[in-house]
Amino acid sequence: MPQLEIVDLKANYGAHTVLERINLSVEKGEIVSLIGPSGSGKSTLLRVLMGLLPPIAGQVRIDGQVLDYNDREQLRRVRSQMAIVFQQYNLFQNMTVLDNVTVAPIKVKDRPRRQVEEYAIQLLEKVGMGGKLQSYPDQLSGGQQQRVAIARALALQPGIVLLDEVTAALDPELVNEVLDTVRLLAADGMTMFIVSHEMGFVREVSSKVVFMDGGHVVEVGDPQQIFDQPREARTREFVGKILRH
Amino acid sequence: MWAQIVEELPRFFSYYNLIFFAKALGVTFALSAIGCIVGFSLGFVLAAVRLTTRPATKPLRVAVTVFIELFRRIPFLVTLMLVFFVFQGMHADLSMFTVALISVCLIATAFIAEIVRSGLESVHRNQWDAAVTLNFSYLQTLRLVIVPQAWKVILPPVFGFFVLFIKDTALASQIGVVELAFAGKAMNNKGFSAALVYGTVLALYFMLSYPLAHFGKYLERKLAPTRNR
Repeated sequence: MPQLEIVDLKANYGAHTVLERINLSVEKGEIVSLIGPSGSGKSTLLRVLMGLLPPIAGQVRIDGQVLDYNDREQLRRVRSQMAIVFQQYNLFQNMTVLDNVTVAPIKVKDRPRRQVEEYAIQLLEKVGMGGKLQSYPDQLSGGQQQRVAIARALALQPGIVLLDEVTAALDPELVNEVLDTVRLLAADGMTMFIVSHEMGFVREVSSKVVFMDGGHVVEVGDPQQIFDQPREARTREFVGKILRH
Repeated sequence: MWAQIVEELPRFFSYYNLIFFAKALGVTFALSAIGCIVGFSLGFVLAAVRLTTRPATKPLRVAVTVFIELFRRIPFLVTLMLVFFVFQGMHADLSMFTVALISVCLIATAFIAEIVRSGLESVHRNQWDAAVTLNFSYLQTLRLVIVPQAWKVILPPVFGFFVLFIKDTALASQIGVVELAFAGKAMNNKGFSAALVYGTVLALYFMLSYPLAHFGKYLERKLAPTRNR
């Protein structure tokens, strides 16, 4: 049974349809990358999955169970099973690195502080931020903030991690440190949904690549097929443009 | 004029006059302090209600918005009269002090609610998104994430308002509450020179509002520290 299943999903911003007939399934441990031009609905799909934008039609199933995004209890369950890392990191500016990672497990999950902090320090060390526990976000570089944001997402021990263009806001020389962190997660077998413009990286880590355009899924395939033998003309055009650079 | 003032001084600062001024100062202080504290607390509550997004709270949001928009636009003197006549119409036998107190609380709440709302909204939307996706409740989001970041936007105008507000309590004299402005007028009517009387009133108002401004600065340093600067 797929860990995550999206069936005929539709979402609107006001009267404007931004996602339509989205069908995808993700098996446990799979890394699914969403690619496509800006405005194609990749980030919106992640926002819908996290309940930041309620879908107006279709279904999302986690482990076979249909989720009702209008039910607050179910929404809480979704958000404890999925974690998102944002393009702009969205770290809490008023908290230290350690507090950013520990606040949700302590305050939301009521877990004991000592245990949470021990785990948080392990995570921060894993992403190479163990030496900055007491720093504030505005004292860190973009790449460092993004690595803390990844640790924060992992602190709640989610089943699925959504990465929303996590390197798009970074200076070029900082991109690799964040991608290396994502590679670590991939090596751990974490199920991930990745929106990225780093095509080399997408090709390297993905088990499945989804090409989206205009709010639709145009083509789904393994990386080699999407990049080397795309079936759809629109995919060919997009991939062709990107790989020429 | 100086000769007259010097001549009046011993009579002016007589024991009974000092008691009279002290009581008037106490009334102005009570109106200001209770108004500030109630206004600050309720202002936060109203701002928090106004920023909710759930359909279920819509009637409450509308009521709060109407209250805020109404009381920010009515002159203080009119509010005083309104409260006075509403309670009189209900045959509630309230003292003039209570009428004035209710009025200052209404005004302060409406103004501070608006300051707090704009402060909370100044915190970037992405902080709300992050908190929501980590399953924070609405109140946890406000308390742990939004309010701590909004202090630096909220505090300066709030304390600016407080200083204006202390002066506005003088209007309570219009319904016969013996506060500082009323005391000044009474002493002036007793024959003391206006310069002496209002000079004293001025000094007492200053004594009330100057430490408040410092307290505001202290809170800003404590609650909204700037780093890296």
